[in-house]
Amino acid sequence: MNVIETSDLGKRYGHTWALRECTLTVPAGYLTALVGPNGAGKTTLMNMCVGLAVPTAGTAGVLGGQPAGSPAALDGIAFVAQDAPVYPNLSAGDMVHLTRNLNRSFDRSYARARLAELGIPLKKKAAKLSGGQRAQLALTLALARRPQLLILDEPLAMLDPLARQDFMATVMTAMADDGVSVLLSSHALAELERVADYLILLSRGQLQVAGEVDDLLASHRVLTGPAAESDACAGHFRVIQARRAAAQAHLLVSTGGTDPDSGLVPPGWEAHPVSLEELVMAYLRAPGGAEPPDHSLTRYNEPREVAR
Amino acid sequence: MTIDKGVSPPGAGGPGAGAQSPGSPIEFRLDPASGVPTYLQLVQQVEHALRLGYLKPGDQLPKVRDVVASLTINPNTVLKAYRELETKGLTAGRPGQGTFIEATLSQVALPELAVLRRPLLAWLASADAAGLDEDGIVALFTSVLRDFLNRRSSSAGRSGTANGDKEGVA
Repeated sequence: MNVIETSDLGKRYGHTWALRECTLTVPAGYLTALVGPNGAGKTTLMNMCVGLAVPTAGTAGVLGGQPAGSPAALDGIAFVAQDAPVYPNLSAGDMVHLTRNLNRSFDRSYARARLAELGIPLKKKAAKLSGGQRAQLALTLALARRPQLLILDEPLAMLDPLARQDFMATVMTAMADDGVSVLLSSHALAELERVADYLILLSRGQLQVAGEVDDLLASHRVLTGPAAESDACAGHFRVIQARRAAAQAHLLVSTGGTDPDSGLVPPGWEAHPVSLEELVMAYLRAPGGAEPPDHSLTRYNEPREVAR
Repeated sequence: MTIDKGVSPPGAGGPGAGAQSPGSPIEFRLDPASGVPTYLQLVQQVEHALRLGYLKPGDQLPKVRDVVASLTINPNTVLKAYRELETKGLTAGRPGQGTFIEATLSQVALPELAVLRRPLLAWLASADAAGLDEDGIVALFTSVLRDFLNRRSSSAGRSGTANGDKEGVA
């Protein structure tokens, strides 16, 4: 089952496309990291999956093809918006009561047990809780709905490192216990490395990359070798990012489906594995996203002509 | 051996197993700087624990949920590591109970390992006396080990599991 599948999905605000021509699928069981700079369209994509925004173009299906925003979809998805929104004047216990009455299904005993485990007193007003506790309260309310898909918009942004770790531990324990799928947007790239096993990369309203993290890491390499031969080397692969000095060049390339360690690397070049952070940064820095080999060839020809 | 179900309660008197506390005899840790993928670190730590005798057949690996909570990693990563160990024939999953050690990697038990340590220590002392520093010792040992393994594989043609030697160092 796919928890999310979009087809040519687009959203326009006035004259500006916040997201366009986005076609992707996210299979169930993954923790998907949604990454991109501010204004890339992350929140727009999430809002359309949840049903909070109506697409201008294309379709968004969730939980095995149900239309986003339909009653079945709403029951199966829990969403925590940015900055863990809870009513500041309500106590944690009142928030449990309120959320229970606003939803068709709500596991009250889970919510209470979890809050007790976290040491969050039911009588305390949300405004008096620490940032980490407020985030945990919002997360607990979301999980108590027993969703199949949990969507979290920038849940870690306001938290200190300890609270981040506790928060993610709660998320991933829910994955282990109940098989919840998770979609999470974040800027904390280094922290995602251990956590995310699926990646969606957006930049300027367009999808750059979507896929399983292991596959992405296996199909990208940094090739290091003599700068003079970098054009020839770039011709074999799709170059995502190139850094060249007078003598040496580093090319971050996508090797497509081919095994990068199988003799395709030209003699004199070394292939190094990439980290998730390196990969994401390369795609975000690539002008206009990834390009086919021909483009990169012409582009990297120019500095060589100058150098002669 | 009795197996406790569910999340192991801390300090609960073991139901018959005696001195050993319920749960797994080992705990994982992650080295963020190693560059080794997380799932592989878990696999290597189990193999390492098997070689050194910390884990024996019948022992339980940490529960997925406990590993997830203590290391803050994706449960799929732990499952991938446990699948890999199962594919290697080292462990087996028991439905509703957890993952248990099936085979062992160390043909040599802890006391024999202690016996093997002694000549190695003596050799290290002489290497030190000859003026080799730590890096020099490691380099020499690694080079001799590689020669030894090369010679053995070319003479016997065994594929082996890299540690299936019975001769040892002694």
